[in-house]
Amino acid sequence: MGKRSRLRAALRDYDLYLLLLPGLAALLIFKYVPMFGAIIAFKDYRLGEGIWGSPWVGLQNFEALLHDDKFYQVLRNTVLINLYKLIFQFPLPIMLALMISEVRNVAFKRAAQTITYLPHFLSWVIISTIFVNLLSPQTGILKDLFHLLGMQDTMMIADERFFRSVLVMSAAWKETGWSSIIYLSAILSIDTQQYEAARMDGAGRFRQIWHVTLPGIRSVIFFVVILRVGSALGNDVEQVLMFYNPLVANVGEVIGTFVYRMGLGNLQYSYTTAIGLFQSVVGMGLIFTANYFSKKYGERSLW
Amino acid sequence: MRLRTKGEVVYEVCVYTGLVLGILVCLIPVLNIVAKSLSGESYVVAGDVGIWPVHFTTDAYNIVLGSPKFLSSFRNSVLITVVGTLINVTLTVFTGYALSRSRLAGQKLIMMLFVFTMLFQAGIMPTYLVIKNLGLINSLWSLMLPGLVSPFNMIIVRLYFYNIPDSLEESGKMDGASNIRILFSIMMPMAAPVIATTALFCAVEYWNSYFDALMYISDAKRLPLQVFLREVIMSVSDASNNIEMMAQTQVAQESIRGAVVVAATLPIVLVYPFLQRFFVKGIVLGAVKG
Repeated sequence: MGKRSRLRAALRDYDLYLLLLPGLAALLIFKYVPMFGAIIAFKDYRLGEGIWGSPWVGLQNFEALLHDDKFYQVLRNTVLINLYKLIFQFPLPIMLALMISEVRNVAFKRAAQTITYLPHFLSWVIISTIFVNLLSPQTGILKDLFHLLGMQDTMMIADERFFRSVLVMSAAWKETGWSSIIYLSAILSIDTQQYEAARMDGAGRFRQIWHVTLPGIRSVIFFVVILRVGSALGNDVEQVLMFYNPLVANVGEVIGTFVYRMGLGNLQYSYTTAIGLFQSVVGMGLIFTANYFSKKYGERSLW
Repeated sequence: MRLRTKGEVVYEVCVYTGLVLGILVCLIPVLNIVAKSLSGESYVVAGDVGIWPVHFTTDAYNIVLGSPKFLSSFRNSVLITVVGTLINVTLTVFTGYALSRSRLAGQKLIMMLFVFTMLFQAGIMPTYLVIKNLGLINSLWSLMLPGLVSPFNMIIVRLYFYNIPDSLEESGKMDGASNIRILFSIMMPMAAPVIATTALFCAVEYWNSYFDALMYISDAKRLPLQVFLREVIMSVSDASNNIEMMAQTQVAQESIRGAVVVAATLPIVLVYPFLQRFFVKGIVLGAVKG
């Protein structure tokens, strides 16, 4: 195709570009302009002088970061919380999907799906209220259990020992059902002949899961793990904000909440932007690394 | 006939027990908070309320629903959700369709621009500064516009259009229809399930979002429901603060919290069953093909 005819083709499709325009404009304004604005991480941003007028300070903000004990604490909290979520929360949707896929009774199956997906649609404001209510040692529905364990005076949410567990539990409660959908659809796309072959070889139902189902959904599991590793420094800010209280500051403050408090509360624009950049760059690095290893060990790449 | 070995039976028992357990874990905390919102004060405080109301009363609801701040924040949230979802879905469909036509010059590059924002974000503060410089602080637009267009939703919609056979587009072209015309009268009806799914995701996100409002809105008249809820929940925990709320009647704090939870969740629970069949189909299609 010559240059001229390509131009003509583009002109004929001018209305496709019209369709594209508003979405692209929004993307540029709300995603790419802020990326450019992130140069204030290398400046001493002052409200009155704006992005252009504020003086350059080079890597000063990043140096401050490396010498900030508070930052290390926040970083450690963030990584630990995500690690606990990876270990304890991640297997649950796989188990749920395995169970749902085995149910033959359509009505029961539908009920199980409807009910377990529902918490995904509740906001963190609501879920934190539900958990505060649930975990109340005096009036909660689990109070007898707390008494049995000798924990009648323990407010788990306001206790450093339990705060992270509460985060993992509430995240699991919210997302287990919803996250199982992707595994469920992978399980349904496994060729049924494989199960028949396994049965012929005398494999029971448990062995079929081990030898057919799990290998069949391996690539989806890897996919989810890569994404999780990539968000090791990201947190559900809304979740932590809702459960956060001063009593658990040492274990509960994460990067997102720290940036919010220091940035909007203390007006440390440049410093918190530097933290945000650090978070984004490391996150991207982690995704590429995880993807590299996944590819190296014979799995599909993300892209 | 299926053979019933001992292993089979153990297996079935495991599956059904596991699922029943899962259902109870999801359901009981919700039922408990609903029951508390409808129960008499002394029973709630004593911790005697299980999953069924004791000494039925709607006092907590009278207090919450009667608060003028509840009504205004509810209205704000409805507005944000309806208008935001309309704009968001429209732009998602437009962008997704344009980018699903592989003949479009620059299509690959623009796709990369969208995907890159999934990997790398500018961060909280630079985004805040953009909103501020656009003069959107304390405007409801600050809660609707920044999420445009979700790359994730756009990619799902794009894939759906991409998989619609070319012959349909060509038949439209034969009739002399423009691209926009083809999108509206041929493609969009075919993509109804995926568009409905996207709309549901968007709506839930707008309805539930809290952090954006925390960042961008300080004017009490413009606060959305979730922020109001949070205020109520925090203020009833603090005895000195709740005079306005609790002066008239004897209502347990937990009942008020429960009533707030129910009032905010009811709209979602009401639309949920209607859309459930739709969105499970939609997302499964997306997941398998993607």
